[in-house]
Amino acid sequence: MVDTVKLTIDGREIEVDKRLTLLQACELAGAEVPRFCFHDRLSIAGNCRMCLVEVEKAPKPVASCAQPIADGMVVHTRGPVAAKAQKGAMEFLLINHPLDCPICDQGGECDLQDQAMGYGKGISRYDEMKRSVQEKDFGPLIKTFMTRCIHCTRCVRFMEEIAGVPELGMTGRGEDSEITTYVERGIDSEMSGNIIDLCPVGALTSKPYAFIARPWELRKTESVDVMDAVGSNIRIDARGREVLRVLPRLHEDVNEEWIADKTRFAVDGLIRRRLDTPWIKQDGKLAKASWQDAIGAVAARLQDRDGDRIAAIAGDLVDCETLYAAKMLMANLGSPHLDCRQDGMAIDPAVRASWLFNTTIAGIEEADACLLIGCDPRHEAALVNTRLRKRWRRGGFKVASIGPALDLTFPVTNLGAGPESLPHLAQGQGGFAEILQAAQRPMVIVGAGALSRIDGAAVLAAARAIADRFGAVADGWNGFNVLHTAASRVGALDLGFVPGPGGRNTSGILDGARSGAIDTVILLGADEIDMAALKGAFVIYIGHHGDAGAAAADIILPAAAYTEKDATYVNLEGRPQHASRAVFPPGEAREDWAILRALSGLLGQPLPFDSHGELREAMQKAVPHLAAFDEIMPASWEDFGVAGAMADTAFASPVADYYRTCAISRASVTMERCSAAFAMPPAATGTEG
Amino acid sequence: MLQDKDRIFTNLYGFESPLLDAARARGDWDGTRGILEKGPEWIVDEAKKSELRGRGGAGFPSGLKWSFMPKQRPEGQPAFLVVNADESEPGTCKDREIMRHDPHKLVEGCLIVGFAMRATAAYIYIRGEFYAEAVALQRAIDEAYDAGLIGRNAAGSGYDFDVYLHRGAGAYICGEETALLESLEGKKGQPRLKPPFPAAAGLYGCPTTVTNVETVAVAPTIMRRGAEWFASLGRPKNTGTKIFCISGHVNKPCNVEEEMGIPLRELIDRHAGGVRGGWDNLLAVIPGGSSVPCIPKPTCEEVLMDFDSLREVKSGLGTAAVIVMDKSTDIVRAIWRLSKFYKHESCGQCTPCREGTGWMMRMMGRMIEGRATIAEIDMLLEVTTQVEGHTICALGDAAAWPIQGLIRHFRPEMERRIHGYRGSSAVAAD
Repeated sequence: MVDTVKLTIDGREIEVDKRLTLLQACELAGAEVPRFCFHDRLSIAGNCRMCLVEVEKAPKPVASCAQPIADGMVVHTRGPVAAKAQKGAMEFLLINHPLDCPICDQGGECDLQDQAMGYGKGISRYDEMKRSVQEKDFGPLIKTFMTRCIHCTRCVRFMEEIAGVPELGMTGRGEDSEITTYVERGIDSEMSGNIIDLCPVGALTSKPYAFIARPWELRKTESVDVMDAVGSNIRIDARGREVLRVLPRLHEDVNEEWIADKTRFAVDGLIRRRLDTPWIKQDGKLAKASWQDAIGAVAARLQDRDGDRIAAIAGDLVDCETLYAAKMLMANLGSPHLDCRQDGMAIDPAVRASWLFNTTIAGIEEADACLLIGCDPRHEAALVNTRLRKRWRRGGFKVASIGPALDLTFPVTNLGAGPESLPHLAQGQGGFAEILQAAQRPMVIVGAGALSRIDGAAVLAAARAIADRFGAVADGWNGFNVLHTAASRVGALDLGFVPGPGGRNTSGILDGARSGAIDTVILLGADEIDMAALKGAFVIYIGHHGDAGAAAADIILPAAAYTEKDATYVNLEGRPQHASRAVFPPGEAREDWAILRALSGLLGQPLPFDSHGELREAMQKAVPHLAAFDEIMPASWEDFGVAGAMADTAFASPVADYYRTCAISRASVTMERCSAAFAMPPAATGTEG
Repeated sequence: MLQDKDRIFTNLYGFESPLLDAARARGDWDGTRGILEKGPEWIVDEAKKSELRGRGGAGFPSGLKWSFMPKQRPEGQPAFLVVNADESEPGTCKDREIMRHDPHKLVEGCLIVGFAMRATAAYIYIRGEFYAEAVALQRAIDEAYDAGLIGRNAAGSGYDFDVYLHRGAGAYICGEETALLESLEGKKGQPRLKPPFPAAAGLYGCPTTVTNVETVAVAPTIMRRGAEWFASLGRPKNTGTKIFCISGHVNKPCNVEEEMGIPLRELIDRHAGGVRGGWDNLLAVIPGGSSVPCIPKPTCEEVLMDFDSLREVKSGLGTAAVIVMDKSTDIVRAIWRLSKFYKHESCGQCTPCREGTGWMMRMMGRMIEGRATIAEIDMLLEVTTQVEGHTICALGDAAAWPIQGLIRHFRPEMERRIHGYRGSSAVAAD
């Protein structure tokens, strides 16, 4: 039962939770209060003075964003006092604002524009010289135009509170105060792009998107992201056949209203290095071909071939429908050799709880201790790290890590570099064991890096032992989590895109290709395997980018990227989400499922669907929980993992360079710039000491 | 006219030694333990009865302010008395003299006032430029520690109380109580939003009261001589003595302790040797430091120097820094100089002050030569009202008031300049 208070807002009596601020109460009462600095996910600054309202008996107008409410308050948000205050603040904000809307990228989606229309005077009385501010270098992602800045400090607060990288601040005083990085260098954070969205004016805009388009020209499509396994909800803004930008979409349980920089900025990779026509290798060189020739050649290769000699590996960006169709195709071909784990992750394909992020992302906020095993959430799943940080900021949340030393933007105790620390902890040794013991809701997060080793199964078992010992799995709480890095992975595991009886897994397939036991390999957008192993085999690449897989291919069938198809993706929590087509695939490229369907027809065993809808229906029938969009089907807690000896090599993160992890981000020029600016070791300056 | 026997700051001019022995001879630290033994409530009550009002400018009743501090605190939570010695108001130099020549009054005051509000320690935030004062004050604090007057079992009372001196870096805004707390915590000196008020969440989030040097320094004498004595001086609600700082166009600028409510003319004539060139040469007076509106000569004839009298004439006692301007003063330029000061000292945090102070300064700059229109005087006035009362702290008000005072009393002069400028430019055009 929450305490409520009654107050009167613009003549309307309303009863609200007394913990609200006056601004929130006004909103509930249907009174719109203008604001710039206030943001409900950031601390309250109260500095723009735009939200001033009149409270009866108060000597002067009060800043409603920061005002606690009290019983019997009588508030006027539109009276002469409030109107004068708001008009005044608006006028002050505009006197030193350049009013260069025609050449400003924020134009059309600018809070200052909108609120100047609603609350401004319409004319300027300011006849003096305007202030101008020197541009700042915020790195390759964020373009600054600091003369437009209205000093709301949202960006400063975001970097400090949410991103945890306090690299922005306000220097100087009075009129001369400026938002700047304290030292002249870019903002080194994988969350930095969000300050573009937060900036209510055009002071911070997207550098790659600069002067590209106006918001009203864009076609907006709601979709999900595949740059990591979080499945951030995004809005894809496209014009014509080109995706121009990606913005976050609100989903409280996944990404709140943030997205990571790779999600936002890697989209320029969607028009570079694209496979837009089929290719066939002739005399050791790839040559452009027609669909008919290419798919005919594939069919010829597969027709009547012993299924035991055929294998398929799925990449990290593949959608569920494609995987389902590919799995059926492989069954028709009689091959048990298929795997979705390019990295060889040793999860148990029979127990769903062994591959999910069972706690869920929102569930992190209820945890009270966290153990990271061989993972770097900041770079493997930036929004999971943001949620961990959010939990840490509330206090009473200890985090420890076994693996490489990490800077997660919050304190992490390092308990060791490799698996040797796991048994100690499982036996309850060490200070952190006591913390886990005392915790009501402890979490264990196992990274892909810890499971993609030869001893991965043993690491999984050891992690599970720790989870069991400290009661991480109890009624209504599952604290065992696997942190995936591939957007396709959970969906593929849910669909059972794993070796059938007697089938080979990824390393088995590669070994088979080396030895000649496997002579035909289908790569579904798989680019992260050792291509040298496939030298002797006939490689069919179905994918959208000319990356490592295409380079090794004998035949390339061009497919659609995530922005070019309607598809289902399951995020690391096990949450099926719907991605929508924003643009059509380029050139001759076709949607992946259609390619597989056509191929099956040529092979004489057509897959039992003729449209994407029928395919999805069949898939949902086979795996019913994929039909429940945005719902997580909890996984039951069963035995998994094989206890065994573990090597003493240290855990390593699979993400060496955050900005270049998949075919799309590797094709992105923006990501290349980021990589050069942030991920590469800085050039020696001679002053390192 | 204050009699010598009622003077609190008996070493204001530094004729005697500021050290502990001499201070004791002047009556400081006399019976401190006995005062503390009467308990916090008694001290707060005496302060209330004495009708002492804060000497920093706002004039809030001190006893009431001290009583806002929580009587019960969670185990282990400290509470602080913070003494605002960041005296930066143009024209004001009273706290400086106290710290230089009578520092023990302040140190003893810290103990008594801090004890009254159940504080565990006092932080004195002294203006960075006050180097010699910081040295003198630190010497007094060290002496008091050595004599067992503060620290553990302060003055034998059984109460533990520490006093720390912290030097600021010289920003006017750090004299605003919450900006001072930010600065004291090592952050950028920017005022905080209120509520929460410092008494609920102040320094490091603990209950805190920020109070002026003079207010603290007079407290021991009030406790020793009684609230009735203090209240018998001055007028009701405007009691006691006050240090006035008289500067500007007077024959003998000085600091002087006088009774509250002394007529302004008597104050200037008796203590400052009169206005330069005689009383009739007076143009205007800023009676309470740069932040308050000026009052013209006719008002100066009659007005009494206390909070309520000056409020009646739409000015204020402020810090009681009397800035006298004779007829040689370019009053518009003088007020422009204040606008420039506030523009320079605005912290830049909130919009009306950050943008408004610069705008006001620039318009005032044009008013000096009259390069404006008559309508712009009204616009300037309106801009001041758009700043006043709309900012996080009172700096916006302080920037607005001098201009409002100018327009209220010297509008004809401003119009004369505008007409003059137009006339001259018309001639130039011909």
